Amino acid sequence: MALSREQLAQRVARELRDGYYVNLGIGIPTLVANYIPAGMQVMLQSENGLLGMGPFPTEDEVDADLINAGKQTVTAVTGASIFSSAESFAMIRGGHIDLTVLGAFEVDVQGNIASYMIPGKLIKGMGGAMDLVAGAENIIVTMTHASRSGESKLLPQCTLPLTGAACIKRVVTDLAYLEIADGKFWLKERAPGVEVAEIAHQTAGELVVPKTVPEMQL
Amino acid sequence: MAGFDKVIESPAAALDGLQDGMTLIAGGFGLCGIPENLIAEIKRRGTRDLTIVSNNCGVDDFGLGILLQDRQVKKMVSSYVGENKLFEEQLLDGTLELELTPQGTLAEKMRAGGAGIPAFYTATGYGTLVGEGKDVRQFNGRNYILEESITGDFALVKAWKADRYGNLIFRHTAQNFNPPAATAGRITVAEVEILVEPGDLDPAQIHTPGIYIDRLIQGTFEKRIEQRTTRTAA
Repeated sequence: MALSREQLAQRVARELRDGYYVNLGIGIPTLVANYIPAGMQVMLQSENGLLGMGPFPTEDEVDADLINAGKQTVTAVTGASIFSSAESFAMIRGGHIDLTVLGAFEVDVQGNIASYMIPGKLIKGMGGAMDLVAGAENIIVTMTHASRSGESKLLPQCTLPLTGAACIKRVVTDLAYLEIADGKFWLKERAPGVEVAEIAHQTAGELVVPKTVPEMQL
Repeated sequence: MAGFDKVIESPAAALDGLQDGMTLIAGGFGLCGIPENLIAEIKRRGTRDLTIVSNNCGVDDFGLGILLQDRQVKKMVSSYVGENKLFEEQLLDGTLELELTPQGTLAEKMRAGGAGIPAFYTATGYGTLVGEGKDVRQFNGRNYILEESITGDFALVKAWKADRYGNLIFRHTAQNFNPPAATAGRITVAEVEILVEPGDLDPAQIHTPGIYIDRLIQGTFEKRIEQRTTRTAA
């Protein structure tokens, strides 16, 4: 069975470490915050200028001056700090964020990522995504393995405008955990109950399959 | 007004000298920490052909979005414009120009512009549409693109508290782009919720020193929330 959005978030959460400063993108990445292991301290960075993002506020706590990068009302945890956008991106571009998790439309065997623009379709913008992929050493892309129409999102070459070039090394999809190196996808784990053949079928870019592919632990 | 007292009595007077075709830099992220009073004054004046540098362009009926209603904006320099129908319409019919700029590059363009640095190299955007046509240089084996800084004829910012000398303190994430924006205006106008006397603020807690502020008004604020998201109390 392909992973649900929640299970995807659970798998990504296994990459968290105690004391990490982490930036979570919009969508599935945001759900990772729900699966921080008990006893582990992680500070969430929101690129509009908040380090130490807390849960959504209760109705009484709502404050128009305290939002996240998705423009949602949030809270700040004990020990949080708040700063300007210039300071926020100094953290990001200076490589101070320990882990960045973001979604994508496409990823290719060179580690290129396309996540912000479909020509002729929607005009929205890259927000902070280009800075995040250029600035972070440790990035996880999380997305479905194929589009709704069944087309692979793991490609020989991205077809959409890039968010960043040669910057992605790790991808968690609803079918598998893969790494990118030497111009290939390397299959590292398969989702529980998913056959390697299905993963190979859904991966358009060159895929290296080891003799044994362990099942993902959630 | 005398000495360092920056207080101006009306939004109209605070935008004295604003003309068609000028470049404005505006603080704010989404609808959070935006100069509501000054935006309303620009709409009232009907100033046209403006280039506006701001992370977002508000929504259809609030924030910078209201300047689209009478087509006052010629060009936006922004990182994200997804919340605005009117914006998309004008972009598609060719009456509005958009320069999509990565959010960190945008903040740094303002910061560097205000600090007298005309351009800087950044890895952000290398190998993408953003990097096309821009100078590329390698440092320590990595590719960087040259980005030019931004200054504006006016910078418009919103702060929480200020003293009469223009020393500003922001509240929570309403800080966002306001500090770098404040440095990058030939004339910088700040609007604030609370105005106090010099000496009332702790000098070490000032976010933006008054040297960057030319004019100061006290405003009234709606503070509209774009995505009201809550949890149920336990």
